[in-house]
Amino acid sequence: MKPIATIWWREVIRFYRQRSRLFSAIAQPLVFWLLIGSGLSASFQPSDTADGVSYIEYFYPGIVVLVLLFTSIFATISVVNDRREGFLQGVLVAPVPRWHIVLAQALGGTTLALLQGVLLLILAPMTGIRFGTASLFATLGVMTLLALGLTNLGLLIAWRMDSTQGFHAIMNLLLIPIWLLSGAFFPSTGVPGWLEWTMKLNPLTYGLAAFRQSLYLDTTMKAIGEGPTWALSMLITGLFCAVTFVGATLTASAQTN
Amino acid sequence: MQQDFFADSRKPMADGFQYTDDQIEVKNLSHVYQTRRALDNVSFSVSCGEVFGLLGPNGSGKTTLFRILSTLMPVTSGTVRVLGHDLTTEVKAVRKLLGVVFQHPGLDGKLTVFENLRHHGHLYGLAGKTLRDRISELLERFGVLDRAKERVELLSGGLQRRVEIAKAMLHSPRLLLLDEPTSGLDVAARRQLNDYLGALADTENILVFLTTHLLDDAEACNRVGILDAGKLVALGEPNELKAEVSGDVILIECIDNEVFCTEITKRFGVSPVLADNLIRVECERGHEFVRDLVATFPDEIQSVRFGKPTLEDVFIKLTGNPFV
Repeated sequence: MKPIATIWWREVIRFYRQRSRLFSAIAQPLVFWLLIGSGLSASFQPSDTADGVSYIEYFYPGIVVLVLLFTSIFATISVVNDRREGFLQGVLVAPVPRWHIVLAQALGGTTLALLQGVLLLILAPMTGIRFGTASLFATLGVMTLLALGLTNLGLLIAWRMDSTQGFHAIMNLLLIPIWLLSGAFFPSTGVPGWLEWTMKLNPLTYGLAAFRQSLYLDTTMKAIGEGPTWALSMLITGLFCAVTFVGATLTASAQTN
Repeated sequence: MQQDFFADSRKPMADGFQYTDDQIEVKNLSHVYQTRRALDNVSFSVSCGEVFGLLGPNGSGKTTLFRILSTLMPVTSGTVRVLGHDLTTEVKAVRKLLGVVFQHPGLDGKLTVFENLRHHGHLYGLAGKTLRDRISELLERFGVLDRAKERVELLSGGLQRRVEIAKAMLHSPRLLLLDEPTSGLDVAARRQLNDYLGALADTENILVFLTTHLLDDAEACNRVGILDAGKLVALGEPNELKAEVSGDVILIECIDNEVFCTEITKRFGVSPVLADNLIRVECERGHEFVRDLVATFPDEIQSVRFGKPTLEDVFIKLTGNPFV
């Protein structure tokens, strides 16, 4: 347990001591939210809503997920250089099983992402979302799962990469589209068939659906079109965590002796 | 058959070969990257209490060998035994005995000196007061105890290197591996480090294995292996190796090297080697040769350097290439 705890601790303390990282991971999504949210509010009209939901409110869960994505993914990018010419080399020659190292890194990234996510939750009432006990706990639970899954995904990529440039390319070509097509930016109702299917196959769609529904657990959710059920969403999000963790561990073991 | 007087420290192996518990034993080690052969049938052994220097120019295979010994890369061909454990099948046992200092900084600059060492201790299962005492002990020994609470990024290169070695020694390894430990250090700090490593091997009876491309560092080792293009071309004590170069070494700089080479071969019956734009001549009674040389060719010669052989001369003699 000691090695896991100590690697986790290092991930967290490093982040805390690099204030610019702390700031940038949360500022960018906030700016997105306020600018895009305000800009699109006028033209956004979900097809089948009675009382309507403002775009700022619709976009809010997507922004929280984006903060989780940014923080957890960027927490893993250091692995790329660290394992070849840095601190991680020393960890890799220590008698510590590879999956302990990956688990500690995953927990580290998850912790950081959660801290940022919770900061954003404070803004929820601005959008009209009201938390009760059930919705608060459900929301935190889903956020933890999401952060863990995304960190695992980041580790899976980072342990494979030789350069941080490659990592940024993946970020832009894969991770941002995954987020855009998760229902964070627009609902899947009314989009062309191929896009609807892409969204249905995107695991993050379920993560976002679980998160969105958890927010409204104590209040009636305003209709935003058909989505997957809460149970299915949770199941797929959990599976995503497990699969990406196994993937990251296998990658880390394959890349090192 | 030779009788074995050290039965206690030796374990018979399945293949009948006898390995000792306090050695690194490398047998027929080869390593190929795609098409490039980085290590070519390398065999040697090193014992505890020794400082062993692996000397070679850049690209000679040093780093590959270092990465294999430090368990970062698998053994793909040949066998390596480290202190009685097979490097392929008993990686975990080897890792417990291993202290590694990497060429690239292995410290986290955002953590303090103390935090870096504590982190390392935790990885090796040390904790609590035992760990704290051990950290203080090592920091004191390396003269950095007063900097314990400072972030590593604020320390000078020399101090950081000391902290790295303190970190690598924290869990009392029996084998200390260092990759280019003196790079980036000034002359005084380099000498200090070499002295320290010698004392460490001696007093703690550990095996110190370092790679270097600096001849001075290699001179300070008990034994040296010279690697060139993946092959181990020489192995022995620095003085032994230098004794293989006969007599003195004379370096001549002149206007037309090629012509001058044939000229002195004819006249003196020596075999000069042209390396790095200098003519190298090995011979006994070098002072007399220099005297005659300068008397014979007063106009052609621009400068003559006379000296006792160095490890560089050994390298040039064995490979025919300049050491760069």
